[in-house]
Amino acid sequence: MIESYLRNFEDFSANGGMFAPKSMRALRLSAITRFEQLGFPTTRNEDWHFTSVSPIVEGQFAAVAVPVAAVGTIDVSAWSFGADCHTLVFVNGVYNAALSASATLPDGVRVLPMRDAFDAMPTLVEDHLGKIASFDAHSFTALNTAFIEHGAVVHVPAGVELVRPIHLLYLGNSAAANRVVQPRNLIVVGTHAKATIIESYAGIGDGTYFTNTVTEVSLGEGATLTHLKLQRESVNAFHVGTLDARQARDSHFFSFSFATGAALSRTNTYTELRGEGCGATLNGLYLGNRDQVIDHQTRIEHVEPNCYSRELYKGILDGAAHGVFNGKVYVHPEAQKTDGKQTNNTLLLSERAQIDTKPQLEIFADDVKCTHGATVGRLDETSLFYMKSRGINARMARELLTYAFAADVLETIEQVDVREGLEAATLVRYTEH
Amino acid sequence: MLEIRGLTATVSDKEILRGIDLIVKPGEVHAVMGPNGSGKSTLAQVLAGHPAYEVTGGTVTYDGQNLLEMDAEVRAQRGVFLAFQYPVEIPGVSNAYFLRAAYNEVRKAQGQEEIDPLSFADLMDEKMALVEMDHSMLTRSVNAGFSGGEKKRNEILQMAVLEPRLAILDETDSGLDIDALRIVANGVNSLKKPTNATIVVTHYQRLLNYIVPDYVHVLAGGRIVRSGGKELALELEAKGYDWLTGDAA
Repeated sequence: MIESYLRNFEDFSANGGMFAPKSMRALRLSAITRFEQLGFPTTRNEDWHFTSVSPIVEGQFAAVAVPVAAVGTIDVSAWSFGADCHTLVFVNGVYNAALSASATLPDGVRVLPMRDAFDAMPTLVEDHLGKIASFDAHSFTALNTAFIEHGAVVHVPAGVELVRPIHLLYLGNSAAANRVVQPRNLIVVGTHAKATIIESYAGIGDGTYFTNTVTEVSLGEGATLTHLKLQRESVNAFHVGTLDARQARDSHFFSFSFATGAALSRTNTYTELRGEGCGATLNGLYLGNRDQVIDHQTRIEHVEPNCYSRELYKGILDGAAHGVFNGKVYVHPEAQKTDGKQTNNTLLLSERAQIDTKPQLEIFADDVKCTHGATVGRLDETSLFYMKSRGINARMARELLTYAFAADVLETIEQVDVREGLEAATLVRYTEH
Repeated sequence: MLEIRGLTATVSDKEILRGIDLIVKPGEVHAVMGPNGSGKSTLAQVLAGHPAYEVTGGTVTYDGQNLLEMDAEVRAQRGVFLAFQYPVEIPGVSNAYFLRAAYNEVRKAQGQEEIDPLSFADLMDEKMALVEMDHSMLTRSVNAGFSGGEKKRNEILQMAVLEPRLAILDETDSGLDIDALRIVANGVNSLKKPTNATIVVTHYQRLLNYIVPDYVHVLAGGRIVRSGGKELALELEAKGYDWLTGDAA
């Protein structure tokens, strides 16, 4: 089943792939070799135990670029957050300058499509790209790396505080049908710099396409990054996305994954705390319906002492939706005084909805404080009765309670425009039938 | 206004109410007293329409209509209000939002227009003064993290906003210190009208010093074993329940 990808790679490296610098071509080659060895994961693979990717394998998605001419006019306002964002829009994986919107960026900040970044910041790209997201044991990352061509490179230099968010908006429409789109992003936040980056994936219509995306993040000493990933792909789409971060000392990383789209999605959020005094907060909200599969895997590596990590993932599953949460926390032997807390709460709205939740704490230091907890529940009958006893009808009571379940995790998003947008998106889901 | 005839009810197949008869007329205050496990709270919950209780016999007529056929929200919309013994915490829903939603639902059901936010704010000023509540309570989630006294005051605030015709106070005095009790009782008394009725469910006579009943009923073993005037409550205070429950068991 991987042969078509190997053939696509031959064509790619003979044509479009030539745009990249030589080192990039070597990286791609080692990646496709690794992908060929690994193949697609099966449920025998511990990391994929609860989620079968056979629909992706059997979907035979072609790793062939979608002609830009097939894009047509698109109104991107539905996926935008206020006028303040510096937005790069990609349609079916390819950067679209006409749809993008520039805001004035502070001096030195660069936000470029990958192809331009190869020319404009070769050293930065060479120093980081492919160095963070290892593909040794990750076949989807290997596949993405083999086809690195499109995506965005963001560089916020030392000491710069970016007030306005940068929005990387990936749209998929029917022209992407039966294709795999493989965005690759690199985010480098320098010493004591600060930024907010929104990474959106949204479907226009109900096309069957496959997004396989990888974002690498480097946080310098004392840097602060807020990263909001919004997955609202088409109902028939497939989405595998990996966010992999490396944190230098005293850096702070806030990640939020909002996942409502796709027939099957897998979101990996990984970070390594490689210096003292780091903080990582990984939060998320998944909303599933029909027979959607929404899988999240997080991994936090506490390498050095005196760091903290917080995780709060919440989910609301209706219909026959299947949620998966696997949260791994590794505390290395040197990482004394680690303070870690992980929580996963899921609300099941129907009998057929299900969640597999698997916290995984591996602690090799002896002086740490780490806790985890998971709850799975249904709407509380006592709360429903309480609301009804005040005259609130049954439907409204259910909607209010459902929304209220998600409210506290959404409130952790500091960016008001985004938070309100996602609150509205959540509310709408539970107030329209 | 309310006519209960031979009401029997079970919870988890256990019979709790074994034939209640009670008539409440507009303007009246009835106290339902009794020892723990006598069925007092069950009666209150059944009247409000709690789904965990199954009515197995008897009738309840409210304003000439069959109350038992109405959903809980319909009962509320028609003026039945239960002040909960254990008010429910609803994290994520602000008190203000909850109150306005409830108020508008009741208004809509009564054929009135929804209130605009500004007018509602004025209404809240007036009602919150009644139960001596601080405005910060409006932005907090419903009952979440409230003290016992705050929760009970919040119940009376909801009652003040919804202006029910039949208010049922289920052990509203439990867990209250004397100051909170006075505030709650003042709130209830000031909401009293000739067209409204109140059923006060309580274990202790203490609350009845503040909310003076016209009638007192003693519930034991799922039946009303004695009814009388307010002096019956004082008698219970002095003698306990044993002299009444002995023959009911």
